[in-house]
Amino acid sequence: MGEWDELYRENIIDHYKNPRCRGTLDHPDITYEDANPLCGDQLRIDIEVKDGKIEKIRHSGHGCSISQAAASMLCERMEGHPLEEVKALTKEDVLELLGIELGPVRLKCALLILKTLKAGVYGITQWPGEEEETK
Amino acid sequence: MSTPPVGTTAVAATSRGRFDAHEVRSRFPLLTARRERPLVYLDSAATSQKPESVLAAMDDYYRRYNANIHRGIYAIAEEATAAYEDARARLARFIGAPSREVIFTRNSTEAINLVAYAWGRWALKQGDAVVLTVMEHHSNLVPWHILAAERGIELRFIPVTDSGELQMEALPGLLADGRVRLVGVVHISNVLGTVNPVGEIARQAHAAGALALVDASQSVPHMPVDVKALGCDFLALTSHKMLGPTGIGALWARRELLEAMPPFLGGGEMIREVKLQGSKWNELPWKFEAGTMAIAEAVGLRAAVVFNEELGMERIFEHDRELARYALERMIEVPGVRILGPPAEKRGGVVAFELGEIHPHDVATVLDHHGIAVRAGHHCAMPLHDRLGVPASARASFHCYSVPGDVDALVEGLHHARKVFG
Repeated sequence: MGEWDELYRENIIDHYKNPRCRGTLDHPDITYEDANPLCGDQLRIDIEVKDGKIEKIRHSGHGCSISQAAASMLCERMEGHPLEEVKALTKEDVLELLGIELGPVRLKCALLILKTLKAGVYGITQWPGEEEETK
Repeated sequence: MSTPPVGTTAVAATSRGRFDAHEVRSRFPLLTARRERPLVYLDSAATSQKPESVLAAMDDYYRRYNANIHRGIYAIAEEATAAYEDARARLARFIGAPSREVIFTRNSTEAINLVAYAWGRWALKQGDAVVLTVMEHHSNLVPWHILAAERGIELRFIPVTDSGELQMEALPGLLADGRVRLVGVVHISNVLGTVNPVGEIARQAHAAGALALVDASQSVPHMPVDVKALGCDFLALTSHKMLGPTGIGALWARRELLEAMPPFLGGGEMIREVKLQGSKWNELPWKFEAGTMAIAEAVGLRAAVVFNEELGMERIFEHDRELARYALERMIEVPGVRILGPPAEKRGGVVAFELGEIHPHDVATVLDHHGIAVRAGHHCAMPLHDRLGVPASARASFHCYSVPGDVDALVEGLHHARKVFG
């Protein structure tokens, strides 16, 4: 088995080809769009909040398999959870969902969903993981 | 489009014999190094690999005659100065220019910034216009954005056709009101490989009272370029794409312009006389070379120029174009491949492409795992990608050491990428 098979693990390809929580919402309480200018990836999230919980979350846009799979996985994981949990999400959580290690360039692909989510919910616009470095 | 006007250096013309890319490749340590998986390097438009002779020349400088130039009154300082100035002389001859008109910079980006800051601030006033093209690298856009904001100058753009060529019929209109002072154009597009008719553009610019700047980052490393034959006024080039080291490039400009322009950076060596309240500038070319320059890099660049001359730029260009032709032929075998840019006869050794709906990053990552190095992204040409309606592309590019086997490996890698994401 070549290394590329390991990077593009079955679950990543599966989420890429059959994304969960894909689409937009007609009446979102939170909507936010962000992009990774380096590779042209664009991502939008729509969230419906009910009783402090993420009732519905949808992602749309375009990008590489890593950014799309990460969006699918994270949205699937967060739906039904308290909105408050978004604050505690870290880049490690995303990498754990993906189940792979990534170099610095592809890491940004994976973290675009987290950045978009945190910006939409809390107005935090830094790349996750860079908060400490810029302090 | 006819063949672009080119000149041939005397040395290149004397190069004979069949071009043997495998033999050429054997002189590049990085490409012949033993590794787990053989490296298929297809990113020469980003930076070229370096031959043994370039590495040896730089090593020899540091080991044997490392000293600061132009000042030391001792043997190794004189040797270093002679080597640095000989690098300038050889580079100048390589592009058909007098030595005095060649200014060393860090790279072509700095060369263009030199023109924008030194010439632009001095020569341009509010209401003047600069014409660029939609296929420029960011290095020939951003310096002009900065200047435009500072001076209130207007930027105009020669459009690009769907096939990735300049829409030359738009140029007379852009020049018509007589407000254009400079036309800046990339000689070979780093994304599309399009060879632009820069001689004709310079001719039209001059007829409209404007100067012509050529970004030769991708042309000087791959084809014979003679500044007199091109008829331009400024030409920017960089060493690391022409088999030389990073950290050094050059601006060529006509002497009258360099004489008239104020300096770019102030500091040591660029002055003749300094008093507390002011200074007098040194003569050309040192007026534009402030501080200790990249001496080892100049020595490396000199070795790169010699290497290129020995191979012959005509032959390198023919080799690159033949590989691009072969790549276009082979790549269309892969279902879903869409090539950006013009047909083979109008391009140099660069092939940008898309593979169906697969994101270029995914294509590049799969290829990387096959040992194939290609570029993926916007290649510092976002406006061009906007124009072509693609967010990003993958790009394979060649140099003298590239061989048809590299293309075969690429095609095989693309088939694999389709399998993974199909």
